[in-house]
Amino acid sequence: MTSEAIAVRPLQYLQAQMRWRWSEAAFWLATLLPFVLTPNYLVLASQIAITALFVLSLDLILGYAGIVSLGHAAYFGVGAYTAGLLSKWGFGEPLTGLLAAAIMAGLFGYLTSFIVVRFRHLALIMITLGIGLVLQEAANSASWITGGFDGLQGIHTWPILGKFRLDIYGYTAYGYSLAGLFVVFLVARRIIHSPFGLALRGIRENGLRMPAIGAPVHAHIRTIYTIAAIIAGIAGALLAETTETVSLEALGFQRSADVLVMLILGGTGRLYGGLIGAAVYMVARDQFSGLNPQYWYFWIGLLLIAVVTLLPNGILGGLAHLARRMKVTS
Amino acid sequence: MSANALATHGLNKNFGSLVVASDIALVLPQGVRYALIGPNGAGKTTLINLMTGMLRPDGGRIVLGDDDITALPPEERVRLGLVRTFQINQLFPHLTALESVTLAVCERRKVARTWWRQLTAYGDEIDEAYDILSALSLASVCHRLTRELAYGQQRLVEIALALAAKPKVLLLDEPAAGVPREESRELFAAIAGLSRDITVLFIEHDMDLVFRFASRVIVMVGGRVLVEGTPAEIAADPRVRAVYLGKARHEAVS
Repeated sequence: MTSEAIAVRPLQYLQAQMRWRWSEAAFWLATLLPFVLTPNYLVLASQIAITALFVLSLDLILGYAGIVSLGHAAYFGVGAYTAGLLSKWGFGEPLTGLLAAAIMAGLFGYLTSFIVVRFRHLALIMITLGIGLVLQEAANSASWITGGFDGLQGIHTWPILGKFRLDIYGYTAYGYSLAGLFVVFLVARRIIHSPFGLALRGIRENGLRMPAIGAPVHAHIRTIYTIAAIIAGIAGALLAETTETVSLEALGFQRSADVLVMLILGGTGRLYGGLIGAAVYMVARDQFSGLNPQYWYFWIGLLLIAVVTLLPNGILGGLAHLARRMKVTS
Repeated sequence: MSANALATHGLNKNFGSLVVASDIALVLPQGVRYALIGPNGAGKTTLINLMTGMLRPDGGRIVLGDDDITALPPEERVRLGLVRTFQINQLFPHLTALESVTLAVCERRKVARTWWRQLTAYGDEIDEAYDILSALSLASVCHRLTRELAYGQQRLVEIALALAAKPKVLLLDEPAAGVPREESRELFAAIAGLSRDITVLFIEHDMDLVFRFASRVIVMVGGRVLVEGTPAEIAADPRVRAVYLGKARHEAVS
């Protein structure tokens, strides 16, 4: 064997692994279907796209670096209030709002990352929970700026790109949210397939070994935590801009818990798992609450038990398993 | 650079009232193959943990080449060339062997913080990782998940990860632990074939392997260095015979 043949092969193998697949193209084409098939549900579709983006941000820290957070809504909320306040104070240009939200959430994420890196496991859950609660009550008490319990009123979002006005059917809202999700997804996909993405998987797989190969684990975690906070902030800003309101619920514990549930439902560490989990969870919630407005959490609970029992790696993990078995038998 | 690759001066460590390292002074010249032996609980692994920064000493200094590294965190010692392996596999189960070693190469070359370029843009790093795996006869399984490899192959990945960090001093904590006797000879042959620029210190219980592959031997007992010398000196030393080597083994060696 020539040395050249040896050198080329492993690289080609990795390239093949990272190539865009048909299933991915099909997925993104399918996200356009609501415009045609369910035009009455575009408002819900927009919420799903925003939530999917939020779940994606959690997957980057949980699924790839193994950092469990129960306070991730804090960064979503910072983004939502930043964009909301900017608009309320008279500047409702949506893309500027996204940028401002990304900066503020990123800054908050970077500062809190110094606390977060020092803990693992249960202590980490308590720390992130604490950060979320502190921020929620701070926003509640600072009602002169956040509107407190009544929420932030008086947001007006300017037409997107100066052209597309928000409409009551949600055409513009879904288009805008979906575009935001797709662009950020491309960035996330690049991160996962970068040397840094490999280092994150290393931290998840064996945090103890990483220093022994010379890896600055804390610096890596601070970086991805900040990136995840930025993405969560963008998701929050999208929600504030498309609904033209922000409530305390945006940074509440319930949202942090929901996003964790959606990620586990869809499958962690798979990039698409969070997106599918968000869609399944939110459609199920919509349907169940329509069936029974009072007890719909009963059905959500049942769904969770069923998925975790039958598909321990989430919906996407189950699908991947099925695909492998079909490949073997065919 | 000084001719001494690694030196410790008066290294001490207690866990409460238990003394695990007491006044350890060692000088390892460059390129020498050291075996670190001693009965269970002698403090061999503790010494490696102290040298690599996984434990903080209560007193004393550690010098790598010309640098005092006593206060450095583990990852910075690795970057200066002090690298270890683990007695119990510390691998990345769901990464392939190639991904694992590529990661280690990327960390050494300081490109592991790059998140905006695809890994496949780093062909040199991937090639280097592949070469390391090839040299350890792991090329054919390099795309398999680490957890799916045979145990002996996993022990080799353990060493490949260390080599990817380009060590000046390599500390091997029972590299052949759990490996069948025949395979452990192959594994040690691979270690013996390493560049002579690398100083190697390995912990090993099998005296045949120790006397075959070490040029010098350090004997530890109860957290202290009992004696340091050539294999022949160690085999002849009555104190060593008393605390460590069986009589039969001594006769077999001498």
